[in-house]
Amino acid sequence: MLSAILGLSLLALTLAALLVWVARRFPADSDPLVVEIETLLPQTQCAQCGYPGCRPYAEAIAQGHAEINRCPPGGTATIQALADLLGCEAKPLDESLGEEKPPLVAIIDEASCIGCKLCIQACPVDAILGAAKRMHTVIADECTGCELCIPPCPVDCIDLIPAPQVASLPNALKRAQRIQMQVRA
Amino acid sequence: MLEQGLLILVSTVLANNFVLTRFLGLCPFMGVSNKIEGAMGMALATMFVLTLASVSSYLVYQYVLLPLNITYLATVSFILIIAALVQAIELIIRSQSPLLHRVLGIYLPLITTNCAVLGVALLNVRQQHHLFEAALFGFGAGLGFGIVLVSFAALRERIERSPVPEPFKGAPIALITAGIMAMAFMGFTGMVKA
Repeated sequence: MLSAILGLSLLALTLAALLVWVARRFPADSDPLVVEIETLLPQTQCAQCGYPGCRPYAEAIAQGHAEINRCPPGGTATIQALADLLGCEAKPLDESLGEEKPPLVAIIDEASCIGCKLCIQACPVDAILGAAKRMHTVIADECTGCELCIPPCPVDCIDLIPAPQVASLPNALKRAQRIQMQVRA
Repeated sequence: MLEQGLLILVSTVLANNFVLTRFLGLCPFMGVSNKIEGAMGMALATMFVLTLASVSSYLVYQYVLLPLNITYLATVSFILIIAALVQAIELIIRSQSPLLHRVLGIYLPLITTNCAVLGVALLNVRQQHHLFEAALFGFGAGLGFGIVLVSFAALRERIERSPVPEPFKGAPIALITAGIMAMAFMGFTGMVKA
């Protein structure tokens, strides 16, 4: 009886120690530079930079694969902040990717919405609420104004209006990290 | 020695295939066989974990459980070992190769609950394998699982495009296909005496 308890506890402790050692020896990714770059990006997840989201773009910048002037929603301010962080020259925004606009939010013309769910699938931040053949609506606080929901809409019932207030960056970043955690888990 | 090893390998891969004749690991077999890429990732990860789990559970059984005379705790301790092992491998892969980690994704932690892994550890004990045999047995089981999983995924990708009668769409036709595959694998039974 005693040997059973001792043996099993010893085994569990050894394995726990092994896990702790492995966790210390092989720290999980997150290059601090990537994190710092990501906090400067506007978290629209709009993919206008050519990467699937802000995090992949931050990774590309950190590895030197991407220029810092590929973020139209961030515009001049973001480019300047990135240039300061990385100690390089600020460049004008690459206009071929899109133009700088004031912060926007999407709004659905609820009378014309046919409930096709296409915009829900397109939304990178899960800011559209609705079910099949039911009216959809945009959660304004969550919307980043990325415009990705506009092309798939078959009845053209989504408009962009100027955001009521400047989108809160810390919230957007937290949300993006939460979504990444969910994807990872 | 070599002959014995080859026998174990052929036996576990074909004649006593873990999925199709022992019916172990059916959950990932049905669950991740929709796409051939995912099936390949799962097959590789399972092969790796099965070999490691087989060896380490053998070591623990031989040098901890037997001397302490607590072999009745084999199942519990094997579950513990497998869970810790899978967790450790996930940590290592996450830091060493984020790309591979993203490809394997959810399949890696899922291996913890793959009963084929526990089955290998327990069968090692029952069949009184020694270390080399245990390693081969684990590797063979993983290889057999991988082959069956990938070929089943290939079958399912084709079935997806064929005109299946409405009531049989999805899981039913997949189960029927698995049954036919199991019958086909029965053809190997005479090859090796287990």
